Amino acid sequence: MSLTKTDPHVISLDDYVPVVGAPEMDTLRALAAQLSGRTVQMVNSTAIGGGVAEILNRLIPLIQELGLHPRWDVITGGSDFFEVTKEFHNALHGGPCQARKEHYDLFLATNELNRQRLQFDCEFTVIHDPQPVALIDARAKQQGHWIWRCHIDLSHPNPEVWEFLRPFIYRYDAALFSSPDFARRLPIPEYLAYPCIDPLSEKNVELDPQCVSGVLERFGIDPARPIVTQISRFDRLKDPVGVIRAYHIVKRYRDCQLVLAGGGASDDPEGEEVLSEVRREAGDDPDIHILNLPPWSALEINALQRASTVIVQKSLREGFGLTVTEALWKRKPVVASAVGGIPAQVIHKHTGLLVHSVEGTAYQIRFLLSNPALAQKMGEQGHEHVRENFLITSNVKRYLTLFLYSLTHSQR
Amino acid sequence: MKSVEHPFRFVTVSYLTRIGNQTARTLPELLDGLEECSDASIFYHTFQSLGRHHFLTEGFSNDFAQWALAALNLPALAEQLATLDIRSYLVLTDLRNDLLRITHEYCRSHTAEAERVAFEPFHFCESLEVTIPVAWEAWTLEEFRHWLEHLSTSSFHYHFLSSRLRLGLRTNDFSQWFENELELPDLAKNTNQIDVYTNTIEGARVQLYKIVDRELAA
Repeated sequence: MSLTKTDPHVISLDDYVPVVGAPEMDTLRALAAQLSGRTVQMVNSTAIGGGVAEILNRLIPLIQELGLHPRWDVITGGSDFFEVTKEFHNALHGGPCQARKEHYDLFLATNELNRQRLQFDCEFTVIHDPQPVALIDARAKQQGHWIWRCHIDLSHPNPEVWEFLRPFIYRYDAALFSSPDFARRLPIPEYLAYPCIDPLSEKNVELDPQCVSGVLERFGIDPARPIVTQISRFDRLKDPVGVIRAYHIVKRYRDCQLVLAGGGASDDPEGEEVLSEVRREAGDDPDIHILNLPPWSALEINALQRASTVIVQKSLREGFGLTVTEALWKRKPVVASAVGGIPAQVIHKHTGLLVHSVEGTAYQIRFLLSNPALAQKMGEQGHEHVRENFLITSNVKRYLTLFLYSLTHSQR
Repeated sequence: MKSVEHPFRFVTVSYLTRIGNQTARTLPELLDGLEECSDASIFYHTFQSLGRHHFLTEGFSNDFAQWALAALNLPALAEQLATLDIRSYLVLTDLRNDLLRITHEYCRSHTAEAERVAFEPFHFCESLEVTIPVAWEAWTLEEFRHWLEHLSTSSFHYHFLSSRLRLGLRTNDFSQWFENELELPDLAKNTNQIDVYTNTIEGARVQLYKIVDRELAA
């Protein structure tokens, strides 16, 4: 499938001016002017669903509007291929590897079929994640700039899968990682490319107060009392039970309500199990609101985040943690575990508070509830931090900068 | 108003962050990194860090100080590292040497703390700069004032702070032009005295507006 976005309803560059300011958009235009007419190809493994597709859906039209010629290709493969790549994905996160020789063969055969099916003639080719990594075979000698964008944590991969993928990765001109914590030592240049949120998406766009209060009313949450919220899947790694324990400690000192909102319990047996554990821990406390939301609840999540007094992300392990980004963008004071990409977002005592335990989480929630002026200041600074680093416009700027840098510093 | 020989030429700047191969979890490892990392890395964690966190109004000076505070819980060391004023440095070697000296001295006098393992590692990164001259030129102070409002935060930082390293002087692009082209030494001096540590970068820009407006009104 080849997608070149020309949807007339797509949000345009000018829509971002009120959000990031005219000077920032001028910078994008100045960078892009140097790349006018250059061709860019993005390749990933899915057109809908998942963070990468979500980002590309916005990135491609913006790059196009800036005068480059982007193309978005999605690889195809059977369910068996995607089972193998899921296995690889888990193994690259450090899990055990069940893959056998035929799995590796299938991976290579599917990449080869896509290599034959797709056209690779752009000046910049960005391959996203491990699924299409072997497409580097399509690179004609010295042709274009090939960049591997790794969205996952590669710091502790399963050695077997890593050994298999490594030779492909080494042939790229550069790799992009979401955090220095997720990178590993490679013989090619590695650059930082934070994931991003779109401030104009349903999940992040400004809401009017009636919309927010309507959502609270629907879920029986009292808008007049402090609300402490964690938005995340019902997953043990997000430690929802730990959040309830922290809430119990806070409750000894401060009146508040707890909202645990997320999905993942309907289509995932483990999610259902975690949800039961969470309900058991919550008991019959009417101030704990456990909301198992369907995947199309962007507006509700937006409203819950905006209504919150404090937002918590007490994960035991985390990817980049875009729910933290969303909370910071909404000017909320955040208490979050110092794991994954969270320390890049939560600058301790400036844009939020980093924690390492249930007790620490409780203490910092109490601190923020008792110091609303400080909480507000952290929220404001968090908002600016996101504006500077974690919006789709920053993502566009990073790609343009990388392309320009590659052109001027190419050793070939 | 005096006509100038050379206009002020504004530049658009953007940075790419290269992830380095060095990581520190303890102060001795930080020392190793400080000794071996590139100048571009020292720049990233000091000059550029101040630019990246331009919206913070207090208590943030550079990445090393923030790490000592947040990841090692060593406020005394953090305080010392934070007091390094990047405006005092014309070459990054001097800044690197001072970072090394402070950390060495702290390790010598706090042997137990020197072995403390950080909550999160310190990753050495580098700044790679891409600059593009923009079409705007200022031939007069009025034109300068006009275009100043159109400058992005990172371009303001480029002309006002990182210019010190480029020029090798204790001044900045704006003050240089005010003094050498407009022959306004007081304006140059007042501009150079704007404190970016007690202001946000935007706050510093607002102060510059005021100084320039005062000059225009005189």
